[in-house]
Amino acid sequence: MAEDSDPNAPWVNVAGMTTVAITAALFVFFLLYVPEVAAGAPVLWSWDWIPSLQIRMSFWLDGLSLMFALLITGIGAFVMLYAARYLAGHPQYNRFALYLFSFMLSMLGLVLADNLVTLFVFWELTTFTSYLLIGFSHGDPKSRRNALQALLLTAAGGLALLAGLILLGMTQGTFEISEINAAGSLAGEPYYLLILLLFLAGAFTKSAQVPFHFWLPNAMAAPTPVSAYLHSATMVKAGVYLLARMHPSLSGSDVWVWVLTIFGAVTAVFASLMALRQIDLKQTLAYTTLMALGTLTMFLAGSTGYAITAAMTFLLVHSLYKACLFLTIGVIDHATGTRDADVLGGLARAMPITATMAALAGLAMAGIPPFLGFIAKEVAYAGALGMALTIFVVLMSLAAFALMFAVAAIVAYRPFFGPQGALPRKPHEGPWPMLLGPATLAVLGLLAGLMPGVTAHYLVEPAVAAVMGAPDEGGRLKLWAGFNLPLVLSLLTFALGFFLYLRHLDLRARLARIEARGPNLDARWDWLLERFMDFAKFQTRVIQTGVMRQYLFATFTVLSLAILVPLILRPVGGVTLAFAGLSLIEWGVAFLIAAGTILVVLTSSRIAALVGLGVVGIGVALIFIMYSAPDVAITQLLVELLVVVLLAVALLKMPYLDPSNRQVHRPFDAALAVVVGGLTTIVLLAVVDVPFDRRLTDFFEGASWTEAFGRNIVNVILVDFRTLDTFGEIAVVIVAALGAYALLKGGSRRAPEDEPAKGEKE
Amino acid sequence: MNSIIFTAGARILVALVFVFSLFMLLRGHHLPGGGFIGGLLGAISFIVYALACGSEEARKALRVSPEGLAMVGLGIALAAGLVSALFGDPLFTGQWYWVGGDSYETALFSINSVLVFDIGVYLVVLGGILSLTFAFDEET
Repeated sequence: MAEDSDPNAPWVNVAGMTTVAITAALFVFFLLYVPEVAAGAPVLWSWDWIPSLQIRMSFWLDGLSLMFALLITGIGAFVMLYAARYLAGHPQYNRFALYLFSFMLSMLGLVLADNLVTLFVFWELTTFTSYLLIGFSHGDPKSRRNALQALLLTAAGGLALLAGLILLGMTQGTFEISEINAAGSLAGEPYYLLILLLFLAGAFTKSAQVPFHFWLPNAMAAPTPVSAYLHSATMVKAGVYLLARMHPSLSGSDVWVWVLTIFGAVTAVFASLMALRQIDLKQTLAYTTLMALGTLTMFLAGSTGYAITAAMTFLLVHSLYKACLFLTIGVIDHATGTRDADVLGGLARAMPITATMAALAGLAMAGIPPFLGFIAKEVAYAGALGMALTIFVVLMSLAAFALMFAVAAIVAYRPFFGPQGALPRKPHEGPWPMLLGPATLAVLGLLAGLMPGVTAHYLVEPAVAAVMGAPDEGGRLKLWAGFNLPLVLSLLTFALGFFLYLRHLDLRARLARIEARGPNLDARWDWLLERFMDFAKFQTRVIQTGVMRQYLFATFTVLSLAILVPLILRPVGGVTLAFAGLSLIEWGVAFLIAAGTILVVLTSSRIAALVGLGVVGIGVALIFIMYSAPDVAITQLLVELLVVVLLAVALLKMPYLDPSNRQVHRPFDAALAVVVGGLTTIVLLAVVDVPFDRRLTDFFEGASWTEAFGRNIVNVILVDFRTLDTFGEIAVVIVAALGAYALLKGGSRRAPEDEPAKGEKE
Repeated sequence: MNSIIFTAGARILVALVFVFSLFMLLRGHHLPGGGFIGGLLGAISFIVYALACGSEEARKALRVSPEGLAMVGLGIALAAGLVSALFGDPLFTGQWYWVGGDSYETALFSINSVLVFDIGVYLVVLGGILSLTFAFDEET
């Protein structure tokens, strides 16, 4: 929303203009590849990433990815420029620019990726950045909730996709999409059905197909530029992109045709009815986006040239007019302070430029000649006539397109020429940075329709060829295709759409009544999350009692079972205890450790117990010294010292051990201690009985000096041979320290009484 | 702890232990020592100081925040590992530059990424333990 922005604030700043410039430069960069790709020569950029797992950072620029890349960077640049003005003076504008730019790059990576794993990484990045964008107004609980809903739903789909693509990569022996697609349809191969369903789960959640649709209208909590960009032109099309991208390999089965057709058709018709029902114009547009996604999915079910051409043309035209209309609604919202369809009207006089471009986009959306929208609709009908389930697809398309005609009139005609209500503010024309984008997109929609040959040759046909996996014969995009069935259907659409528009107020009321009776998936979602939280609380209560003794008891019980069970299943040979040959000093150290242990067990003073523990630790350090491991000994001594000092600080402030409580569990503790100690001893003795394998020792002794120029093998291993491990360990040290710090400092609201020393290393 | 003897003694001891911790860090490549042990010793020196004069004083003596120190340490360790990328080696490969010669035997001394990594370990251990201890002391 634009509440926080200040219309008089300067809107040109470094963050905004840099992102606009880079995005525009990327657009030009991709534009330069258009002739090459149109000539049928895809470009591959590739770097090794994790070669041992066949994971490459590879990018593949063919007709399909090029069309998406152009939409992403082109619309992206306009949206960023628009956002700079829309959010001018917003205290967190820079953050917004960063999110939007990161999203743009993630989306670009997604559509260009040729490696399945690379694709997945970018797929999740778009989920993540869109979470940040939807929740941008993070002060608003509703906005946070909707962001989380979108994140959870699309990330769940993402996990399914991950499983699917790993399965696909493993069965095909390659993770490169271009190679998988070159091998043709996988239908009939083992795991095909599972792979397909997992991919569909990912695509349908991302592209908000019914019944996963409810997050998308909620995601409109985001500022308008985000809705225009993510939720119309780019992110929600990621699922559709995935279906199109994998079309050559995953299509070709009845499951593909049926699932895509039915889900797509139901989504399309359901969404266009819901669009008619909305009062908030932004919500109306959100549902028409759903309708478009459904239509695209439906046409991707087909495999004929017409069906795919319909999908690709509709994708192009939809991105152009929908982004334009979203941005236009933003301009209206900015100028009048409302998006209520009942109030808005008669704005054409005050906002002539906005009215003109809204009219252009609306005509494209309604599918009036000579706009590209008309051609898309003609091709769509031609495609529908050639698909499986013909009657169903044609009727559903007819319903969806007619409803869209009516919605186009509601969104693009009525606010400007309809009756005016009581506006919160006196309307005025928007500033140029907010008009440039939508105006350009609206004009492009018209030009693309006037020059169908050019559009087809450079954008649509290469994309169709990429989806079909074979060169496209082309020549399907025509303004006048003769008097045929699609034209009749088009005329029928206009008539039906016009009728629906005339009756739309009445219909809206009726739809609202029907909706109130149907299941509310959004509320179900909340219910599901609450039950989940209840379960989490329940199991926390059961498992985390807050009593340290019980945690330790559980831990040591599991430990002894983990040792005992393998020992019983695979008994070790013999274990020998040899006391002969121990020196007096060794006996002394053993005695020291035993004495310390007995002191700890018997004393009732915490300080004495602590001293006893210290004695045990020092005894162990002495053993390390005797067996020439000075580094380990020093570390052990120092850690021992630290533990004693830290515990002393804590214990000074704690009461004596409670004598009344202790007797109950003592026998159990003693038994467990004896079991753990005994089992550990047996395992150690068994280990010592096996002849020592000196290969690693010999290697490190030999290489330590010659390769790493160090004589202290322990340290050389730590900082040279196994540096990555050490790096991981010091990262753990930091995480543990920060975690303990947060527990200590953050617990000030509640008195922190349990777990005095957590996060201790070693 | 309000003991004049401890407080007075601690001031001298702390400085000595701290210098000794640096010594342990630097000798680590050939003799027992290294970043981990050095960091532990350094942390102990400041903890003793905190016990003697209060963690407020110890924080002042450290001058920078222990959390920041640990983060910087992790950054230094990572940077030491990334240097190898400049020479086309795998991550964390030790890089050696000989000053005044062309091998370990002839050179006066060396500049290497291994020691830099160890310094990072030192800072992480020092900062990590101190951030924990100071918070602990201030809370109890």
